[in-house]
Amino acid sequence: MAYYRAQVLVCGGAGCISSGCKAVQQALIDEIAKAGISEEIKVIETGCIGTCELGPVLVVYPDGTFYQKVRPKDVQEIVHEHLLKGRIVPRLLYRDPLTEKTIPEYSKIDFFAGQTRIALRNTGLIDPCVIEEYIARDGYAALGKALAEMTPEQVIDELVESGLRGRGGAGFSTGLKWRFTAQAAGDEKYVVCNADEGDPGAFMDRSILEGDPHSIIEAMAIAGYAIGSSQGYIYVRAEYPLAVANLQHAIEQARQYNLLGENIFGTGFNFDVEIRVGAGAFVCGEETALLASIEGSRGEPRPKPPYPSDMGLWGKPTLINNVETLANIPPIILHGAQWFNQFGTERSKGTKVFAVAGKINNTGLVEVPMGITLREIIYDVCGGIPGGKQFKAAQTGGPSGGCLTAEHLDVPLEYDSLASLGSMMGSGGLIIMDEDTCMVDIARFFLDFTQDESCGKCTPCRIGTKRMLEILNRLTRGEGKEGDIETLEALALNIKQSSLCGLGQSAPNPVLSTLRYFRSEYEAHIKEKKCPAGACQALITYVILAERCRGCGICARICPVEAVSGQPRSPYQIDREKCIKCGICMEKCPFDAITKH
Amino acid sequence: MKSLEDLRKLRDSARQMMHLREGGEKIRIVIGMGTCGIAAGARETLAAIMQELERLNLFDVAITQTGCAGLCDQEPLVDVFLPGQPRVTYGQVDEERARQIIGEHVVNGRVIEKWVVER
Repeated sequence: MAYYRAQVLVCGGAGCISSGCKAVQQALIDEIAKAGISEEIKVIETGCIGTCELGPVLVVYPDGTFYQKVRPKDVQEIVHEHLLKGRIVPRLLYRDPLTEKTIPEYSKIDFFAGQTRIALRNTGLIDPCVIEEYIARDGYAALGKALAEMTPEQVIDELVESGLRGRGGAGFSTGLKWRFTAQAAGDEKYVVCNADEGDPGAFMDRSILEGDPHSIIEAMAIAGYAIGSSQGYIYVRAEYPLAVANLQHAIEQARQYNLLGENIFGTGFNFDVEIRVGAGAFVCGEETALLASIEGSRGEPRPKPPYPSDMGLWGKPTLINNVETLANIPPIILHGAQWFNQFGTERSKGTKVFAVAGKINNTGLVEVPMGITLREIIYDVCGGIPGGKQFKAAQTGGPSGGCLTAEHLDVPLEYDSLASLGSMMGSGGLIIMDEDTCMVDIARFFLDFTQDESCGKCTPCRIGTKRMLEILNRLTRGEGKEGDIETLEALALNIKQSSLCGLGQSAPNPVLSTLRYFRSEYEAHIKEKKCPAGACQALITYVILAERCRGCGICARICPVEAVSGQPRSPYQIDREKCIKCGICMEKCPFDAITKH
Repeated sequence: MKSLEDLRKLRDSARQMMHLREGGEKIRIVIGMGTCGIAAGARETLAAIMQELERLNLFDVAITQTGCAGLCDQEPLVDVFLPGQPRVTYGQVDEERARQIIGEHVVNGRVIEKWVVER
């Protein structure tokens, strides 16, 4: 094996690919070759490092220097200065949003230092296409331990004791799920990985599949041993092409090394995995719809019970676990339940990956211990809210979840505390909203999504969500009327109680939770035809304050529809009939003489 | 792969690839690669150090570079940091000296006093 004095890790996650990391990687390889140091420096493509906002990113080892927003034109300077002369290039370093100081070292940046990485232990650190790098990080050692030293019952006991709960939504005990499937009658059983990550804004599963595919394969093989199955399926959406490619590659490598196949480690245990690519329907994340889709039927849910653990794929007992849940399993088997227990809270053990997005300085993926507060995630790990704006609310659990407000900033984030506040952990989407976000509009946005994704099998979900969306659309247009809120509440309750599956049962949640904490905003839309956050375009009017206007005429010149008029050096006026509310006049006024209300 | 033993062997050899990326204290070798160092042959010194580390299977050593230390006359300058010990700086390190420093100092922990310019 060749010795390299430095390794340059290029983030090759889908986020960095869309910001152009491939061109940077090629430039790096070319420039290193031109400098004649190809024998000394190795370029490695890794999975997602997590700082998607800052991409393309590079980490140079052994120093651990973190470079952000690297363009192909910056590469020559990095090669000549850093790799040839050992001098860091300061202008490409990460800058702390609060202190404005540059931080060269990866491990000293709050975003990384504040994390505890179990599920994401390898993403952004190893090359996902090289099985040896996974093995170097103790990969497949947990499978070896399970097969050689533990009985299936011991594996399940360890998992039950670890307290691991499903990371995909409902938070059911993973160990119990394994036990039920193991105890179910039947000689043919299946292990299914639910990689149909549908929550808009959540992308931790994609990141794991792209950046550490072997961790999922290993966990599925352990599950196969524990429940008595020799066949696994990974159901992944076609919108994740890189995840599918890396998984396929990893499966083939594992087969070559006989880590999948027959007589694994010479123990007589057989297991294999196949990929099933879905078309990307939100409802197919629901387990019974997912199974129907694998079988080749239309992706529609069916009533439960019978649960998949008794009657799943092709009527056989089936274990279904989400990607992030599976990623936690090899470390638990390797280090034991006690080790895992030290992270998290009494009833929510371990860590959770959050996909933090919205009005936040450091957008990306963070893995933090359960029980961390919203305040710590927003202000300590993710660098606060841009522009010094006030925190207003955070949506957890995506379109099935609800919102938390400023008064909940110090509530520990765990399954039960979130449920008691009318929200949910869900898959870990976390959308941060500031004072400029309208809560009615946010509820409308999420309902628009679930309404569109409803499979249409049951009436409450198909028609109920449509009626709710119509009301919300009217409210944001200023056409709300008395009784709308009550109708929304009645519809929401009905849909929750009578829908067939989790999609319908949780679809009204964003409306209910925004009504719970921001009812006055709904009332303002209905009674005063006003949007307090100034976000709903139909409800705002732009006005020039005569006492501040100096009559410079900039607003009149840039208005695209000639709605502003006046004489130089005297106050101008906006014609409300013509105004299209684009807001450009307010943005450009040098005297802050234009307001909206 | 037939057994757990095979997995362990593969893991141990594969770890060499990951050493540079793992945290923890490592042996560090710093080479002066300013213009003066390069002119005095620091690139050849660097290549010799890398070959020697590879030959001895010493993958847990981090090599970094630095600029001119002001002692251009003594270039190529090489600093060796063993964990928990202060820096030792060697001067006029050509390829032969580099190989001996790896063998004596890095492997056996014995400083080669006659080439030390500062410690």
